[in-house]
Amino acid sequence: MSILLHQIRAVDPKNRLDDTVDVFIEKGRIVSIGKDLRVQATEKIEGDGRVLLPGLIDLHTHFREPGFEYKETIATGSRSALRGGFVACVSMPNTNPPCDNQSVVAAVLRRAEDARFNVFPCGTISKGRQGKEISEMAELKEAGCVAVSDDGDFVQNSLLMRHAMEYASMFDLLVISHAIDGDLARGGVMNEGRMSTVLGLKGSPNAAEEIAVLRDISLAKLTRARLHVAHISTEGAVKLIRQAKGEGVPVTCEVTPHHFSLTDETLTGYDTNYKMNPPLRTGSDIREILAGLKDGTIDVIATDHAPHAAEEKEHEFSDAPFGVIGLETAFGAAMTELYHRGVLSLQQIVWKLALKPAELIGLQDFNEIKEGGRANLTVVAPDEEWEVRSADFASRSKNSCFIGRRLRGKVHYTICKGEPHSFSREGVPA
Amino acid sequence: MTVAWTRKDLLGLRDMSREEIELILDTAASFKEISTRSIKKVPTLRGRTVVNFFFEPSTRTRASFEIAEKRLSADTLNFSSSGSSMEKGETLLDTAKNIEALKVDLIVMRHSASGAPHRLAQHIRPGIINAGDGTNEHPTQALLDMLTLMENKGRIEGLHVVFVGDILHSRVARSNIWGLTKLGARVTVCGPKTLLPVEVEKLGVRMCTDVDEVIADADAITLLRIQLERQQEPFFPSLREYTKTFGINRDRLKRAKPDLLIMHPGPINRGVELSDDVANGPFSVILDQVTNGIAVRMAVLYLLSGAIAKERNEDVDPIASDPGR
Repeated sequence: MSILLHQIRAVDPKNRLDDTVDVFIEKGRIVSIGKDLRVQATEKIEGDGRVLLPGLIDLHTHFREPGFEYKETIATGSRSALRGGFVACVSMPNTNPPCDNQSVVAAVLRRAEDARFNVFPCGTISKGRQGKEISEMAELKEAGCVAVSDDGDFVQNSLLMRHAMEYASMFDLLVISHAIDGDLARGGVMNEGRMSTVLGLKGSPNAAEEIAVLRDISLAKLTRARLHVAHISTEGAVKLIRQAKGEGVPVTCEVTPHHFSLTDETLTGYDTNYKMNPPLRTGSDIREILAGLKDGTIDVIATDHAPHAAEEKEHEFSDAPFGVIGLETAFGAAMTELYHRGVLSLQQIVWKLALKPAELIGLQDFNEIKEGGRANLTVVAPDEEWEVRSADFASRSKNSCFIGRRLRGKVHYTICKGEPHSFSREGVPA
Repeated sequence: MTVAWTRKDLLGLRDMSREEIELILDTAASFKEISTRSIKKVPTLRGRTVVNFFFEPSTRTRASFEIAEKRLSADTLNFSSSGSSMEKGETLLDTAKNIEALKVDLIVMRHSASGAPHRLAQHIRPGIINAGDGTNEHPTQALLDMLTLMENKGRIEGLHVVFVGDILHSRVARSNIWGLTKLGARVTVCGPKTLLPVEVEKLGVRMCTDVDEVIADADAITLLRIQLERQQEPFFPSLREYTKTFGINRDRLKRAKPDLLIMHPGPINRGVELSDDVANGPFSVILDQVTNGIAVRMAVLYLLSGAIAKERNEDVDPIASDPGR
C-alpha cells in the first residue's frame, strides 16, 4: 500500500512546515516529501484546497470496552475516531472491569490491533477506581499504559493522591486528574448559577472544580509529578493553571470542544445531550477558556468522547448519565469556534489537537509530517461547512451536543498506520 | 377576552405571557360558580379522556385535578407510580408512548424530575399539564395562588408578595416568581441563605434572610413547607432553630398590615413554618386556595381541550364549551 498526496498544503509547526508539497507514503511511513515527486502510488489524494495535518490525537476517549459494549466498542469507537480525523486515542480506564491491571490493558490493545487503530491505554490511579489503594503502576506501564487516571471520579483522598503522584512519577506516567470535588458537586446535574435557578435543577458550582484543581496543583508542586488536568471548564480553573505554570509547576490541561462552544443556556429544553460532567458553564467561563487557549495555558483540546445508549439518555434529565460523544465533531468545532473566529491559528490548533497530545504521552515521530515519520496524518477541508446529523455518526452512540449545528471545517481523509480512510464527499466513508 | 388560547400544554409560567396568565385567571373566575351549584357538573369535557399520571405521591393536587375533571364531565384515569423510570427499566418516553397509545386527550403529570413534562411534550400528541415537576414548576398552584390574591386584593399589579421557607427546592415559589413578576407584583423570597437559589435576584425578585424585615411591608406571605426529613444536605441545624428564626407566629405578625394574607400550598407543618393560631387566624386564606385550585384546574383543562379541538379541526360544541353552562 502506497499513497501519494499530490500538491497539498502541509502544515506542521513542529517541523516548521507550511508549504504546498507532494508527500509519498509507503508501508506505514512517510518516505519522501518534495515539490514534485515522480512516484507511482496505489492511492492518490489531490490537494484541491485541502490541508495535510499531523494526525490528530485524542487524550480523552471513553471506548467503553470492556463492559459497556452496548455504548461503544474499540471497533466502533475507532471508526468514530477515524471519521473525526484522529489517528490515536488515549482510552479512559472506567470500564468494567476497570483498566487497573495488565490483562485489561492487553485486551484493549488487542482490540485496537484488530481495529487497525492506535489506542494508548490510560490505567487507573487506584485499584478498581475505589480511591483507596494505588494501582499497580509498574505493571500498567509495562503492559503499555501511557497515563493513569480515575477519570469519572476525583481522587478525593489527598494523601492517596500524593502518593499516587509520587509513585507514577517513577514511571513517567502522566497523571490525569478529573478535578471535581465530589462532595461539593454531589447531586449536581448542571452548572450552578442563574440557569440552574431558572430550570430548577441542582447545580454544581465552579468552586467544585477550582478546589480540586488547586489541590492537585499543590500536589504537583510537592511531588513534581506530571499533572494533566482533564476537561477544565471554569474561569477560575484557567487562572489557577496559568498561575501554576508561571511558577514552574509541571501541569498541563485540556479543554473539550463543548466547553468552549456552548453554555448552560442550551439546557432550556432539558435535552440530556447537553448533560455532561463538568457541566456546560457560562459566557464568562468561555471567555477565559478562549484566553487560555490563546496564551497557551490550555495545552490540549480533547474530546471526553463519552458514548451512551439512546435509552439511557432518554431518561429524565436528573437521572440520565453524564457525557457526550465528541470524536467526530472535535475538529469541526475547533475550526468553527477557534480558527474561523480568529482565536487560534491553524498552527495553534495543530499543536493542541495533534502535537501536544503526542508530546504528553511520549510519542516520537508518531504523527509529524517529516520523512521517515510514521504515516499517521489527517487531511482536512478547513472551510467546508457541514451540518451535524445524528444519522451520520460512526460511533455506536449518537449523544452529541452538536446535532443540528453547522460546523465549518471537515475531515476528508485520515491516514492511520499508513492506511487511508476517506470521508470526503466524493469518497465513500471507509 | 382579547387573547386566544393556542397551547396544547401547560408546562410552566416561565414561558407564558401576561395575557395568557390573565386569560386563565379570568376563565377560572367564571368557572368558580359551578362548584357552588347543587349539581356540580357541566358537559364541557364530555368525551375527553384525561389521565392523571402521577410519578410522585400526591394527595391534594391529584384530588383537586380529579374533581376538576369530573365537574367538567371528562373520563378520567389515574395512573400512579413512584420512583423514576430508571428504576423500572423503562424510559420515560416509553411510558408516555404507552399512555399516548391509549388515545387519551390530556395528561396531567406530576414527576420528581425537573423538566420531565417538557421532554414528554416534545414527543407525544396529547396535551400535558404540569402538576409539579421536581424543583422546577407547579404552574396550577401558582395560578390558584394568583386567583386567591386577585379575589382578596382585587389586583396583582403592585402587590408585595413574600415567600418564606425553602425556596431552593420549591416549585411553587418558582412558578409564582414567574407569574407574579409578569403580572407586575413585587416578589421577595426569604429563608435561610442555604435554601435560597443562587442568583435568584436575576429572576427579578428581592432576596432577604430576615423575616421580620419583610413582614411589615408584605401584602401576602406564602409559607413554604420545611421538610427536614427529606434534606440530603445540612441546610440548617434544627427545626427548632428554623422555627425561631423564620417561623411565622402571632407575635411576629404584630407589625403586619391589617389586610395581610397568609397563604400556604399545603400540607402545613403546624408549629414549624407557621404557628397554629396563624394558620387558623384572620389573615389565613389557606382554605380559599384549596377551593380556588379546582376552578383554576377546570379553566386550564377547558382551555387546553379547546386548543386540542382546534388543532384537530373538530367542531367545538358551543354549548359544551360555554363555561357558564
